Amino acid sequence: MDYVIEMLNIRKEFPGIVANDNITVQVKQGEIHALLGENGAGKSTLMNVLFGLYQPEQGEIRVKGQKVNITNPNIANDFGIGMVHQHFMLVEPFTVTQNIILGSEPTTKSGKINIKKAEREIQELSDRYGLKVDPTAKISDISVGMQQRVEILKTLYRGAEVLIFDEPTAVLTPQEINELIEIMRSLIKEGKSIILITHKLKEIMEVCDRCTVIRKGKGIGTVNIKDTTTNELASLMVGREVSFHTEKKKAVPGQTILEIENLFVKDARKVDLVKGLNLEVKAGEIVGIAGVDGNGQSELIEAITGLRKANSGSIKLNNKSITNLNPRKVTESGLGHIPQDRHKYGLVLDYPVAENMVLQTYYKKPYSKATVLNFKEVYDKAESLIKEYDVRTPSASTLARALSGGNQQKAIIGREVDRSPDLLIAAQPTRGLDVGAIEFIHKKLIEERDKGKAILLVSFELDEIMDVSDRIAVMFDGKIVANVTPENTNEQQLGLLMAGSQLSEAGVHNDSE
Amino acid sequence: MTQNNRLFGILVPVISVLLGLLAGAIIMLVSGYSPIEGYAALWNGAFGDAFTIGETIRRITPLILTGLAVAFAFRSGLFNIGAEGQVIVGWLAAVWVGLAVDAPMILHLPLVLIVAMLAGALWGFVPGLLKAKLGVHEVIVTIMMNYIALFITNEIIRNVLTEQETTTEAIPATASLASEWLQTLTFFSRMHYGILVALFAAIIMWFIVQRTTIGYELKAVGFNQHASRYAGMNVSKNIILSMVISGAFAGLAGAMEGVGTYGTISVMSGFTNLGFDGIAVALLGSNNALGVVLAAILFGVLKEGAGQMPTSAGVPTELVDIIIALIIFFVASSYIIRWFLLRFKKEGK
Repeated sequence: MDYVIEMLNIRKEFPGIVANDNITVQVKQGEIHALLGENGAGKSTLMNVLFGLYQPEQGEIRVKGQKVNITNPNIANDFGIGMVHQHFMLVEPFTVTQNIILGSEPTTKSGKINIKKAEREIQELSDRYGLKVDPTAKISDISVGMQQRVEILKTLYRGAEVLIFDEPTAVLTPQEINELIEIMRSLIKEGKSIILITHKLKEIMEVCDRCTVIRKGKGIGTVNIKDTTTNELASLMVGREVSFHTEKKKAVPGQTILEIENLFVKDARKVDLVKGLNLEVKAGEIVGIAGVDGNGQSELIEAITGLRKANSGSIKLNNKSITNLNPRKVTESGLGHIPQDRHKYGLVLDYPVAENMVLQTYYKKPYSKATVLNFKEVYDKAESLIKEYDVRTPSASTLARALSGGNQQKAIIGREVDRSPDLLIAAQPTRGLDVGAIEFIHKKLIEERDKGKAILLVSFELDEIMDVSDRIAVMFDGKIVANVTPENTNEQQLGLLMAGSQLSEAGVHNDSE
Repeated sequence: MTQNNRLFGILVPVISVLLGLLAGAIIMLVSGYSPIEGYAALWNGAFGDAFTIGETIRRITPLILTGLAVAFAFRSGLFNIGAEGQVIVGWLAAVWVGLAVDAPMILHLPLVLIVAMLAGALWGFVPGLLKAKLGVHEVIVTIMMNYIALFITNEIIRNVLTEQETTTEAIPATASLASEWLQTLTFFSRMHYGILVALFAAIIMWFIVQRTTIGYELKAVGFNQHASRYAGMNVSKNIILSMVISGAFAGLAGAMEGVGTYGTISVMSGFTNLGFDGIAVALLGSNNALGVVLAAILFGVLKEGAGQMPTSAGVPTELVDIIIALIIFFVASSYIIRWFLLRFKKEGK
């Protein structure tokens, strides 16, 4: 079997750290090759080396057996290497075609852009790989899943033979993930090869042929997927045994902590996104909200936390109304919030880790007195949280920006949980994190539950909802449409409910009745 | 890493200044003047004797304060182009209260300074309020506020403080920062106690920004408004507060001129440029208190020394403006210098 891409004994150093230490990856023609590793293990660095953004200190790259020297991304393109980035590089007001041809526009004899020709070619490509992309649609009008397909088309249009997918499923709904997997299969059928960067083991098991594992910058080895198990992959990646099924005792719900009645919330465009929602979370239980992104989950959380005005209805915390209080008052009433977007809301990235650790408490004693900050107390607190929550950072004075996603999230969780709030809202708490960090965060949530706190978990990952929740509330079109328990349902039924089916159609027993 | 950054923070402005001076020398050479004579004249103009040193310090004083004003707003992500207008209203307010109130110095002088700060603060409050509540960009509003300040002040001088005169009476000694001791010491320059006020203000700025919850909130709002709201901070309040404090610094700069250097206020045909120079000072001083003081010293020295260049070396003052412009240019394009430094370090390894 021929290798289409070989990266042999690659070593890449940055000042003070070795990002890649003697890593070898060999991708066969026509396979889907997974690159598995925790956040910060060195996957992206390795792919940036392949893509010509970094030069390795040692090792060599071969394309179809030929030793090559890739010094910039254009050369990578010439060798047929294409990258589908995690964060799309698309011009929103442009059409699909305009985006795809950007930088290599076909022209007519008079020098005009030949958009018709390009549209035809893109339509052909789209049909061949079953992408179902409309070349004339505007990027701002199409879904995230479609936008990703445009990125795929972009690499194909430029003649890519090897496609690198960087965490492609992080932004997709479960349905879109299934469709993406189909697309990857049809790409392979047409003779392309794929490198899939991910830390989602389920996807690797489902779609990949072989998998190279990287741990802390070192190549651990390559395994055949059909000869391995999820557990083996996980322990290879993390370097120890990992449990997927979070161990937990049966919940002992106490009194009602959060009570939402007939809540209506509008989004920025003044459209009702939460439409008469009722929800209750009791002490000592984890309620998971399952739903497809965009069914009002974000607006619901923002209304509870005071970041967005509720138009009508009531929200009570510990039997006191917190409806439309400002975020500080809501926080002080006993709410902790792990926000969905940790960069936008959870952290001030340009502040040191220590100053982020007191983001909710800086104005209180002992962190400040009569407006004067006490940095010793701030740093003492930060050091102890860093230790307790295993936040890997060079020091407490390192900028939060410099931490990996998992460690940023651990810092936020440390900060929020440490205040010991009666209600903890965790929105997508493990988004983009690796199994080690996910395991840690789930454990912490369950620990808090066992201490008698109420937890509201919002997640688009059904695994997470099924695994961690004691009770599942399915949200569809701004309402809770079903209350079920993980024991009495399965992912398929949940998927149907999330898509708007009635309970009876989905064949689920409704626990609330 | 942090040590590296600090070294960079010092090296980049220093190299920018050197490059600016070098470029100035080349321009002098090309235009047929001797750069050595030119820079010698500049040096003498700024440090030649006690008098020039006194005048240089006088010139540095308001620049420190306008630099602090711009830098302070910048820390919370706001670009206060309105320091100019805030200086003018501060100047007017200081002289007005100086003339209108009769009180012993221990009350009169602090009152003058406080009212000047309030006037500047008011001029910062308006753009702050518009930005916080209506999202109007502060750059546009502050530029407009500059013109409002200029023309209202001229009107008040002509019709309220005087009867169609162009200059007010001199303020009484109880409202003055002037110091006979400093004047004698510097051979009757116009140096006044204002420099102490300015340096004290720099310490206050450092303290607020680095050591208080006020500064913590202001910087957080500057870095990330979403996270600030999430953390329960009142973003609108912080935007307004930042502009108010910034305006107060600039208003105080106006008082330095009003009750320090001149003791009067005159109808102005154009802007004082103190506020606009403050933008450059803040930029050169990388928006921190110590940096602003150092940058203001550099600016003051260049501006004061320039006066000597035409008389001693025949170099036109315009050239000094060109040199200052070049220095700012090199600071603004510090990216290039950084790039060279990094490259140099890489090769040195």
